[in-house]
Amino acid sequence: MTATVGEVPVPSTGRPVVELRDLGRTFPGPPPVTALSGIDLVLPEGSYTSIVGPSGSGKSTLLHLLGLLDRATEGSYLLDGDDVSDLDDQARTAIRAQRIGFVFQAFHLLAHRSAAENVELGMLYSRVPRRVRAERAVEALDRVGLAHRRSFSPVTLSGGERQRVAIARALVGRPSLLLADEPTGNLDTATGESILALFDELHAGGLTLVVITHDREVAARAERTVAIRDGRLEAV
Amino acid sequence: MSAPIIDAAVDDLDAGGHHEGSSFAPIDLVNEALTALLARPSRAALTALGTVLGVAALIATLGLSRTAGAQIVSSFDELAATEVRVEPGSNRAFGQRQVSTIPWDAEDRLLRLNGVTAVGTESDVDVGGALARSVPVVDPLGRNESQIPVVAASPGLFDATRATLRTGRTFDHGHSERGDPVVVLGPAAAARLRIDRVDNIPAIFIGDQSFAVIGILDDVARRPRLLSAIILPDGTARQQFALGAPAAVQIEVDVGAASLIGEQSVIALSPNDPSLLRAQVPPEPRSVRANVEDDVNALFVVLGGVSLLVGALGIANVTLVSVLERTGEIGLRRALGARRRHIAAQFLTESAAVGFLGGLLGATVGILVIVGVSAQRDWTPVLDAELALAAPLVGAAVGLLAGAYPAVRAASTEPIEALRSG
Repeated sequence: MTATVGEVPVPSTGRPVVELRDLGRTFPGPPPVTALSGIDLVLPEGSYTSIVGPSGSGKSTLLHLLGLLDRATEGSYLLDGDDVSDLDDQARTAIRAQRIGFVFQAFHLLAHRSAAENVELGMLYSRVPRRVRAERAVEALDRVGLAHRRSFSPVTLSGGERQRVAIARALVGRPSLLLADEPTGNLDTATGESILALFDELHAGGLTLVVITHDREVAARAERTVAIRDGRLEAV
Repeated sequence: MSAPIIDAAVDDLDAGGHHEGSSFAPIDLVNEALTALLARPSRAALTALGTVLGVAALIATLGLSRTAGAQIVSSFDELAATEVRVEPGSNRAFGQRQVSTIPWDAEDRLLRLNGVTAVGTESDVDVGGALARSVPVVDPLGRNESQIPVVAASPGLFDATRATLRTGRTFDHGHSERGDPVVVLGPAAAARLRIDRVDNIPAIFIGDQSFAVIGILDDVARRPRLLSAIILPDGTARQQFALGAPAAVQIEVDVGAASLIGEQSVIALSPNDPSLLRAQVPPEPRSVRANVEDDVNALFVVLGGVSLLVGALGIANVTLVSVLERTGEIGLRRALGARRRHIAAQFLTESAAVGFLGGLLGATVGILVIVGVSAQRDWTPVLDAELALAAPLVGAAVGLLAGAYPAVRAASTEPIEALRSG
């Protein structure tokens, strides 16, 4: 791994994108299981944070809460300064469409659609006109270096290319926050490195990034690493 | 890779403008649904098969029964449905025919009615046992004399029975009013009297009275008894044989007017007491048609309905499998901002599209069956255009119903669970 982490400029303006205050998530039993509790975390704009922890530590639950795929049972969550802790399903869906980009370990690309169409899917539910969607999809593919593959089916792409398409899909909606769940988990080391290099570039461009991983090397690429164990944050 | 990777994203952040609420434009909905279907074309085709069969069975059944019904009707329409005959009613007390009250001007009275195309009176003439012969000499052995029925007719009877002439002419109102001694012979009567031409104006004798033969009929479509009769003008019969009143009125009407004319004719002929006359009216063509269709339809509509139900179950089954198979896609769409109703709408649209396609193909197959059977049997295919146009809509409705449960299942998929699976 390269040692570029320290050289990455941090264009943080200090404005927090994410503010978690005493956040907790308990799954109703029986018996009730407390997956997370007492999470206090502030992610400034333009920050690049990795969340590490063994399986079962609660890091996936934290990602779901950050991505508004799940609701906290205690505490508060401010996204861009708005309290989103108590929003209903419809409102959280709208925020997912507008402000959050997801990158998954399993890519989750639609096999029967071209790369460009998969990227367009990131804007399908956010009132973007079709023509604009097509233009932005090509732009986003260009940003991840895949403009020449725009009409290819994901089936014909390599693993690294698939993850780049997925990243383009997450970026195309111009989110406030990019959440990546084990983005290199299905890739070999060299390919994973290229994805991490892409993240470095996105970070340099000012994007707020959160990467969840159990891989310490991947975590080390972030400017800040947060460890989670048994549902609680630990300083690293 | 270019340096300003997410300039645009940052711009948007700075602007700070957030549009609340996620949406799914109808055109995008249709596009997503159709693309998903076209991704697995053979599956979509097989799914639609049940609907195709059901709709085809329904269309073919309804169309064939209408086609068959129309054939049965048209076979008797022409003659029977346009014939009305008015005769004196029977005397209920004695079971005897009443004295005819039909007036001599029946033709004039009835031709005024709208829907009547031809009218003629017809009466048997009592010639007192006189025999008919074509030679003036009375043969003591009586070999050239025959007992031939004599019928008095008004001039309109020839049109009303659709008589065609082999030779000569028919008599007219002038002959009738003057009581001219002229006759028209039915072909069988002409053969018995050994008359086959009229250009030399042959004479026949009924008893001692002579009549000039002015025409010989070729055929009649109604009242075949005229074929073997001597037909003379009713005015002549009145003068020479003391005919009291016409015995019956033969009326030809427009198609569909028979019932109405039946009611009106007795009033026109006997305004003082219409009950003295009785009109024979053919059965309503429409009711015949309806009876035929009801018989055939009841069975096959049930069959078509069952096929359609099986088709619906097929769509429901495959869509449900599809929902389970595409859990990952559903989770992804939810993460990307699709609301539950967007997911439900997409799967509903997919199943409705399959149903629509099935209805379209089914209507096509059904029409081909109707045309094929009709061509084989020399029928005229008859089908309601609305039926053929409604078929795809019926298919879409079946698809919507069938897709309801899978769509609810899809909408209730939790994105977290869905994204966990590959």
